[in-house]
Amino acid sequence: MSSDVVSTKRMKQQSLGPYGAVGKALGELDDRIGVAKGGSSFLNKIFPDHWSFMLGEIALYSFIVLLVTGVFLSLYYIPSQAIVTYHGSYLPLDGQHVTQAYASTVDLSFAVRAGLLMRQMHHWATNIFVGAIVIHMARVFFTGAFRKPRELNWTIGSALLILAIVNGFLGYSLPDDLVSGTGIRIAYSILLSIPLVGSYLGFLVFGGNFPGTAVIPRFYILHILIVPGIIIALVSVHMFLLYRQKHTQFPGRGRTEKNVVGSPMFPVFMAKTTGYLFIIGGVTALLGAFAQINPIWQFGPYDASRIGYAVQPDWYMGFLDGALRIWPSWSFHSFGYTIPFEVFIPAIILPGLIFNLIFVWPALERRFTKDHETHNLLDRPSYRPKRTAAGVAVLAFVSVLFLASSTDVIANFFHLPLSAVIWAMRILTIVTPFVAYPLTYKICLELQTTKGGGKRKTPNMVSRTAEGEYVATPAPVYVDDQHDELAPAEVPKFITAATPESDGDGVRTIDR
Amino acid sequence: MSEVHEQRTPVVLSGLSEDDPHLQPAAKNPQLVERVIALNFLLGIVLVAGFGASYWVNAKSWILGATMGGGLLFIGVGVVAWGKYLMPKGPFVEDRHPHTSPQVDRDAFAAAIVERGGNVIKRRKMLGGLLGGGLGIFSVVAIFPLLRSLGPLPKGTLFHTDWRSGSYAVDQTGRRIQVGDLAVGSIVTVFPEGTQDTDRGQAVDQTVLIRISNQNFTTQKGRETWAPLGYVAYSKMCTHLGCPVGLYEQQLQLLVCPCHQSMFNVTNGAIPQFGPAPRPLPQLPLFIDPQGYIRAQSDYHEAVGPGFWERP
Repeated sequence: MSSDVVSTKRMKQQSLGPYGAVGKALGELDDRIGVAKGGSSFLNKIFPDHWSFMLGEIALYSFIVLLVTGVFLSLYYIPSQAIVTYHGSYLPLDGQHVTQAYASTVDLSFAVRAGLLMRQMHHWATNIFVGAIVIHMARVFFTGAFRKPRELNWTIGSALLILAIVNGFLGYSLPDDLVSGTGIRIAYSILLSIPLVGSYLGFLVFGGNFPGTAVIPRFYILHILIVPGIIIALVSVHMFLLYRQKHTQFPGRGRTEKNVVGSPMFPVFMAKTTGYLFIIGGVTALLGAFAQINPIWQFGPYDASRIGYAVQPDWYMGFLDGALRIWPSWSFHSFGYTIPFEVFIPAIILPGLIFNLIFVWPALERRFTKDHETHNLLDRPSYRPKRTAAGVAVLAFVSVLFLASSTDVIANFFHLPLSAVIWAMRILTIVTPFVAYPLTYKICLELQTTKGGGKRKTPNMVSRTAEGEYVATPAPVYVDDQHDELAPAEVPKFITAATPESDGDGVRTIDR
Repeated sequence: MSEVHEQRTPVVLSGLSEDDPHLQPAAKNPQLVERVIALNFLLGIVLVAGFGASYWVNAKSWILGATMGGGLLFIGVGVVAWGKYLMPKGPFVEDRHPHTSPQVDRDAFAAAIVERGGNVIKRRKMLGGLLGGGLGIFSVVAIFPLLRSLGPLPKGTLFHTDWRSGSYAVDQTGRRIQVGDLAVGSIVTVFPEGTQDTDRGQAVDQTVLIRISNQNFTTQKGRETWAPLGYVAYSKMCTHLGCPVGLYEQQLQLLVCPCHQSMFNVTNGAIPQFGPAPRPLPQLPLFIDPQGYIRAQSDYHEAVGPGFWERP
C-alpha cells in the first residue's frame, strides 16, 4: 500500500519534470503563447544600480498611491454643484447652503471611515508625484540621458509632467471650497485672456459665464477618467521604451556603450522596487496621518464674492501664480479690441515657452553639437558645463517665479511694503538666470579639474624612520572607487570645456 | 587585492557556478541582517494588523495613518534590505543589442510603405482624394457637436450685470442698505436685490459699497452725481483675474485684491495704483431715493472683471 503511494508520487514527479508543477504550468503556457524565451530574458534583465535611478520610481509609485486612494475617494465624492442644506457631521457648517461637491467632501473627511486619511494621502501623493517627476527630469537632463536614442521617452516624460500638473489642478478644484473656487475663477479668467477665441473657450469649458453649473462635473470626468487614462497610456509607453532601450548607466568599471552592468530583474531589482512601493505608500500614509493638508472645512464653501488672505495654489502651480503677480499691467487696447497681455503673457505664453523649450531641447542640442551618435553612457554634469548651466538657469528662473507666488506673505512676514517685494521679485526674476548660468558654468569647470570627485578619501600611513624623518605612504584607492573608465567621451565642439586649468592628475596651476 | 578586484568585475548572470562570489549576498554578516529584516517584518505585521483593528473600531484618522504607514514602511524597508544585502550582489553584465536593423530590412520596410503603398494611391488618385476629403470633412464636422454643445456663445453677456436703473443695493442677507447704515470709512458688499443668493449674483454683480465722506463725492469728471453722500460703489471683480477685491485699506483708501495684490485707489475712480491690474474697477452710479435707500442709477457703463478680446 505505502509503496504504491511512494511510486505514484515518484511517477508523478517524473512526469512533471525537474521543475515540478510550476515548470509544468509554464510549459503549458509556453505551448500556447510562447513565454519561455521572452520571460527568461525579462527576469534576467539587468538594472544599473544607482540611487538616482529611483527618482522615476517615486513618481510611478506615488501615481499608484493616487490611483488607489482616488478610487476610494470617488466612491464617496459627489460631483455636483447643486445646492443642498448641510446637515452632516461637521457641526459648524450645519444648516448652511453649500454645493453637493463641498458637502460630500466635508462628509468624506468627517463621516467616512478612513476618509480623511485617504483624502490627505491623495493630496500628498499628488505633491510627491509632480515633485518626483521634476527631480527625475532634472536627473535625466543633467546626465544627458535624453540623448539619442531616448528623445522620444524624454518627450513622453515631459508630456506626463504637464498632464500631472493639469490633473493636479483639476483634482484640487473638485472640493469647491473657497480656495479652490478662487483657483477655478482665475483659470476661467486666463481662458478669457486668449485673443480672438478666449470668451468662446471660457463659455464652452464652463458651459456659460462663470461660475455656471457644469464645471465641477466636467472637471470630475476629466480628473478621474480622461486625464488619468492618458497618463496610464503614456506611462505604459514610457516603461515599454525604457524596457526596450534598456537603462543608461554611468561610466565605470566594465561599463561600456554596449552593455549594462547592475543587478538582475529577478529577484534583486524586483525585491528592491517592491519594497520601494511599500515605502512610498508608507511615507504617504504617515504624511496623511500627521501633516494636515487642504483643510477645506476651515476655508469654507466657495462664494464668488468672498476671499481669504494668502490664497495660494498647490506648489506646482506656484510658478504660474508668481508670474501673474509680478508681470506688469500691460494691456493692449486698440481698434475696439483688447489683448489682456497682463494675463496672456505670464499665464499662457510663458509656460508655453518653458514647456516647448523642454520638448525641443534634445533636438536643439543635437543641432548645436552635431552629435548624432547613440549614447548609453551618461555624462557627469560637470563635463557638459553649457548644458548644466542652461538647466540650472531655467530651474533658477522658475524657482524665483515660485517664490514670487508668496509676495504678500513675504511682505507681511518681514514687514516690508508690498510694492518693494514685488519690485524685488521682478528684478530677481530677470537677474537670477544671468547669474546662475555663469556661476554654474564656472563651478562645472572647477569640478572638472578636481580629480577623484565622488570617491572616498584614502588614509595616509605616516611612519617615522630611524633618522627621525616622517614618511607618508598613501593607502591604495578603494576597489569600488577605481573608476578607470570614468574619463568622459570626447566632448563635441559646441560644449567644449574652456581651457583646462589642470596640468595632470591632481595638479592645479592657477594664474595670478 | 586582485582577488577582490576579480569579484567586483561584472559577469554574465547565466552559467555561474553556485559558489561564485557574485552570487553571494552583499552583507558581511548575513545572519545579523536577516534578524534585522525579520524584526522589520514583525513590526510591519503588528502595525498592519493594528491598522485593521483600528479601522474596525473606527479609530482617529492619525491612528489609522500611523499604523498603516508605519506597517508599510517597515515591510518596505525589510524587502529593500533583503534585496540589497541578502540577494546575489553581482555586479552582472548584459549586452545591449543594437536596435538598428540590417540595411536590407530597412529597405524592405521603406519599400513596402513607399512603393507598394504609394502605388496604390498613385494609381487611383481620384479615389484617394475622395477618401481623404471624406475623412477630412468628417473629422472637422465631428468636432462641432463635441464642442458647440458644451455651452452657449458669449454674445453680449460679458458686458452686462444684473444692476438695473433703480436696483436696490442689498447686502448678503438681502437687507436693503439705507443712508444711515454705513459710517464714514465703512465698507459692505452689495448685490442688486434678488441676486444675493445666486451664483451669478455673487460672481458677476458683486459690488463694494464704501462710504468715504459725508458729502456728495466726485471720483472723476462726469461722475459728479454717482456718489451721493459719500457712498461710492465699485465692481468687486478685480480687473486682473476676477478675484473679489476683498481687502480695504481704510487709511490708504485702497482696495487690494488678495490674489495678485492689485491695488485700487477708491477716491479717484479706483484707478490701479500698483500691481498687475490694467484697468480701474468700474464704478456703479448710485442715487438715494426719498425713503433713503441706496439704489443704482443704471448698470455699469463698461464690462466688469478681467479683460477679453471683444472688450473695447
